[in-house]
Amino acid sequence: MSWFKRKKENIVTEDSDRSHDLPDGLWEKCPSCDEIMHKKQLETNLWTCVKCSFHFRIGSEQYIKILLDEDSFKEIDKKMRSADPLKFEDTKKYSDRINATIKKTGLYDAIKTGTGKLNSKPVAFGCMDFGFIGGSMGSVVGEKISRLIDKACKNNLPLILISQSGGARMMEGALSLMQMAKTSAKLTNLAAKSLPYISIVTDPTTGGTTASYAMLGDLIIAEPKALIGFAGPRVIKQTIGRDLPEGFQKSEFLVEKGFVDFISHRKELKNNINNVLSILT
Amino acid sequence: MAKTILDFEKPIVELEDKLNEMRKMSDGLNIDSEIKLIEEKVKNLKEDIYKNLTRWQRVQLARHPDRPYTLDYIYMITENFTELHGDRYFKDDKAIVGGLAKIGNHKVMIIGHQKGRDTKSNVYRNFGMPNPEGYRKALRLMKMAEKFHIPVVTMLDTPGAFPGLEAEERGQAEAIARNLFEMSKLKVPILVIIIGEGASGGALGIGVGDRILMLENCWYSVISPESCSSILWRSWEYKEQAAEALKLTAPDLLPLKVIDRIVPEPLGGAHKNHSEMGEVLKNVIIEELNTLSKIKADKLVQSRIDKFSAIGEVVE
Ligand SMILES: [Zn+2]
Repeated sequence: MSWFKRKKENIVTEDSDRSHDLPDGLWEKCPSCDEIMHKKQLETNLWTCVKCSFHFRIGSEQYIKILLDEDSFKEIDKKMRSADPLKFEDTKKYSDRINATIKKTGLYDAIKTGTGKLNSKPVAFGCMDFGFIGGSMGSVVGEKISRLIDKACKNNLPLILISQSGGARMMEGALSLMQMAKTSAKLTNLAAKSLPYISIVTDPTTGGTTASYAMLGDLIIAEPKALIGFAGPRVIKQTIGRDLPEGFQKSEFLVEKGFVDFISHRKELKNNINNVLSILT
Repeated sequence: MAKTILDFEKPIVELEDKLNEMRKMSDGLNIDSEIKLIEEKVKNLKEDIYKNLTRWQRVQLARHPDRPYTLDYIYMITENFTELHGDRYFKDDKAIVGGLAKIGNHKVMIIGHQKGRDTKSNVYRNFGMPNPEGYRKALRLMKMAEKFHIPVVTMLDTPGAFPGLEAEERGQAEAIARNLFEMSKLKVPILVIIIGEGASGGALGIGVGDRILMLENCWYSVISPESCSSILWRSWEYKEQAAEALKLTAPDLLPLKVIDRIVPEPLGGAHKNHSEMGEVLKNVIIEELNTLSKIKADKLVQSRIDKFSAIGEVVE
């Protein structure tokens, strides 16, 4: 018996690459440097590799623990879920997909929103979950962000959103597309009140999510080596008919091209946000 | 010009050809009653086909290469058009055109995606797929419209924002996001018209407005049926099913409040009669601008934000 959970080989595609996901075995091998770590060790290190700093993909629960003061997070709209407005069906019914994902993840959709405190400063906070249908944005994600912004405006709170998303959710068609306009429109209200919005982009953030609120932060902070882009690498490769350059669409590339303010190690994230908020608020 | 005939248009075209032949040889022959019979048949067949279009057939009509494009409408329905070029940062994107014009008594800034009609012009127009500088040009023109209190009219017709390497380097996502944000609060009326293909963020990048109009045979969704098929069915073969599932036609989108009004097309589609389509659209634009131009800027912006905030369906 292998003493750490082996990854199944040859079943991943670039789109459904789960190699960055949080490990569920007791031991985990770093996908970047092959270092083998105990889960506890990894957790203490905020799910980053002790040797090479590779950032494992984590979900909203973990980010809440990392960024917000203990027990300060108060979730809103927790049980809001998809209405399956198009009665969408591909090889599976969308409603079945939703039910199965809720059961599997314990989440109701691809974002958690609420209020909390960051170093005692009250903030409006939202964090996406890639584990829920690829962190895709449909009506629920749009509505929850929209209400979170309303709350921030009403209570004069800075907004922090952590993005982790394959883009707009196909199964809600044009309604998903409209969530891009909806969240962007709501952000104009926040801006009109001079309330800061800090957008944190993690691996991966692509498609409609990048092309709306993720790119609209007053500050945009990226985790190291995260994939951030509009079109996915596979599509771009098809378009140009050749391999993509090393590091293309990674955080470091975006900083270089001028679309991200800076990269922050997960361990420094809370401190970095705190520094910025102490000046902007 | 060689006409493109879609599969489902073939029976009609064949019957019409037969009819024309009979008319030519009818001199001296007593076949008027037979001609009448076939005329009746053509009419019934057309109604039968065009009143029962599947969603995929509408997608094909939306992409019909003889369909009027933005510049066709501009030449048909505007006066004094002055095209404006460039984003002032990088270059002039040929996949988005725009400029100052008059429609009826209204001064407008008109902006739209532009496709080409043959290989050469399609390469020039990048098949109607904008790069970031296209969205930034559109934004520059909209800001100018705001400065001079001129309403904006946008025409959407794109297979998507260009998924290229340089588009990513120059911030395709940022360019689209910026437009969504700025269009939400632009202090002049924005009238959006989907005239062909409304493919995802590439379309929406110039698609935030006070009134969203859609020509009868267009599609507007988060993804094309082909790409949806390839991702969800893992094959390119399920485009018809994907089109059905995505509910991407004008009659689908009206009750979902994604659009506000359907503009009827000539029987058989806009490509069958450009001037009739132009005339209908011109009157609709004038009517819409008459209403929008009476609304105060602050109220306009607030109801625009409220309008988009209300889109979506959830269970609580
Ligand atoms: Zn490592």
